[in-house]
Amino acid sequence: MSLLEIENLTVTFQTGDGPVNAVNGVSLDIDAGETLAVVGESGSGKSQTAFAAMGLLAKNGAATGTVRFDGQELLKLSNRELNRVRAQEIAMIFQDPMTSLNPYLRVSDQMTEVLQLHKGMSRKEATAEAVRMLDAVRIPDARNRITNFPHEFSGGMRQRIMIAMALLCRPRLLIADEPTTALDVTVQAQIMELLGDIRTEFGTAVILITHDLGIVAGFCDRTLVMYGGQIMEEGPTNDVFAAPSHPYTRGLLKAVPRLDRDEDSLQTIAGEPPDMSRLPAGCPFSPRCDQVMETCPVNRPALEGFDGNRRRACHLNVKEVA
Amino acid sequence: MATDPILSVRDLQVTFDIRRQGAWPWTPPMKLHAVGGISFDLPAGQCVGIVGESGSGKSTLARAIVGTVPMSGGAALFEGQDLATMSPEARRRHRRNVQMIFQDPLAALNPRMTVGEIIAEPLITHEPKTPRKEVKRRVAELMERVGLLPNLINRYPHEFSGGQCQRIGIARALILKPKLLICDEPVSALDVSVQAQVVNLLMELQRDMGLSMIFIAHDLSVVKHISDQIVVMYLGRVMEQADARTLTTRPQHPYTQALISSVPVPDPVLEKARPRMVIEGELPSPLNPPSGCVFRTRCPKAQASCAAALPEMLDLGNAHTVACPFHEVEEVLAVEA
Repeated sequence: MSLLEIENLTVTFQTGDGPVNAVNGVSLDIDAGETLAVVGESGSGKSQTAFAAMGLLAKNGAATGTVRFDGQELLKLSNRELNRVRAQEIAMIFQDPMTSLNPYLRVSDQMTEVLQLHKGMSRKEATAEAVRMLDAVRIPDARNRITNFPHEFSGGMRQRIMIAMALLCRPRLLIADEPTTALDVTVQAQIMELLGDIRTEFGTAVILITHDLGIVAGFCDRTLVMYGGQIMEEGPTNDVFAAPSHPYTRGLLKAVPRLDRDEDSLQTIAGEPPDMSRLPAGCPFSPRCDQVMETCPVNRPALEGFDGNRRRACHLNVKEVA
Repeated sequence: MATDPILSVRDLQVTFDIRRQGAWPWTPPMKLHAVGGISFDLPAGQCVGIVGESGSGKSTLARAIVGTVPMSGGAALFEGQDLATMSPEARRRHRRNVQMIFQDPLAALNPRMTVGEIIAEPLITHEPKTPRKEVKRRVAELMERVGLLPNLINRYPHEFSGGQCQRIGIARALILKPKLLICDEPVSALDVSVQAQVVNLLMELQRDMGLSMIFIAHDLSVVKHISDQIVVMYLGRVMEQADARTLTTRPQHPYTQALISSVPVPDPVLEKARPRMVIEGELPSPLNPPSGCVFRTRCPKAQASCAAALPEMLDLGNAHTVACPFHEVEEVLAVEA
């Protein structure tokens, strides 16, 4: 049984222009200890998928479908039960560590709260555990710095604190939503190395939500590509990068300038990211696809398995994706 | 390379006075050296890329060249004229020759002006006698050139996506036919698929209009793609400078090597096999920079002598300079042909 199973998840927001589907029938699963990348551009629904699974949707949003963690249905849980799952089983870290930390509270107070509440530790035990965890994420002089406020740390240090906080209860799944986007590259490399070490040390499964294909290449076992709230393709990272089976994935890979290659000009994907309130009935990528066929804008392609462990949603024959 | 440089920057320095909160009014302000002695030449029609992490002083350098922050030392010669000693009249002329585009395209556009007004504004400011019809014609022409439909001329910025807003910014910067375009992180706020469109547009425009460009970004892959020369900055100083290919394939400075090693390549096989060189720590405070070489606190090759004096800029030939006495080639990137 998979650790997390999402089936036919749809997230709908009630907006001034009527209901908008941010996520449209997404199914995915992740095994214990596995690393899954969810790749997509802004508005692809990659973050909302995670938010819905964690019960963190905004007030005007609603999720349908099933989200099972370890066999337990999450979408039907009460807030109280969900809080337990969020504290002890699934943890999440976000893009901007400053806005996820409470600026009024010392790091020690923010970190020990969860341990006191959910593990019934005394304040002293909780502080000792928090210091150990800060040591583990390599915050120098953790014993003294734990009483500092968030603003007294640099961006990279704050993200380390967030990771330490997320790991306090030893969750089995860590969802990292663009964890390094706000950081400089040298610091990004440090954080990714840290996440890698944590994965091996604690055996935590990781869902990495990102737009950066380079990070995915170095970190994730499996890659799932989203566009317009739907899954375009999914498969082992090596296969998806070596032989993309969807025109969108292929386009993305060719649009990134690479340090290790000399190109005269970049291949682009024409057009603009989709307006989620005006998606075509068929494939959401069809207005920008350079291999579009007559059926594409009208009929939505089903997500079908191929090659054993890969899935794709495209009317085009796999061999014709060029 | 035989052409005269359109812009020569010589030992340019920018210093800010920083007043500590709650400091006594008579305590002298602290000096923050945002840019400490930068020199480079930009040959006409070429592109110099400036790479550095946040706080490296790359944006301040751009602002000093445009003239929006005062230089505190050194010189920037635009077509042989020193910007610091220019007469007000010459400075006005300089302004129209040097235009800039910014990182956040929506924030850079006035939300209460239509696209047409935004693009026409520099032209009307600098050539107020231009007939209305001519203004309109040039605006429409430019919109088409940067890939916007001219019938969008009466729309407001919020009606456009990020990529389109950046196109508007580019059109506005180009309407005066500048000689030098300074791009400050022009694509870092854009999605990957749109980023490629804007990069291609900038390269096309540069070629077609004979523009010289300064391209500032933290993303070395994009900078390498668009630039002829690359300057690597760290804490207000130049670490290394070379042509784009040499710098990325045969970097000599430990910081450049660490930077390249940190940039992930979208290729799982290569990425997992690459040697990693992760440097410890983060950028020190520019208010209190390390003595001697500013990179020494994070440098894997640092020696006691690095703290003593600022490292000299060593000329390695072929316009390749490096500010490190312990420099050596390290191939941190497996390069395919």
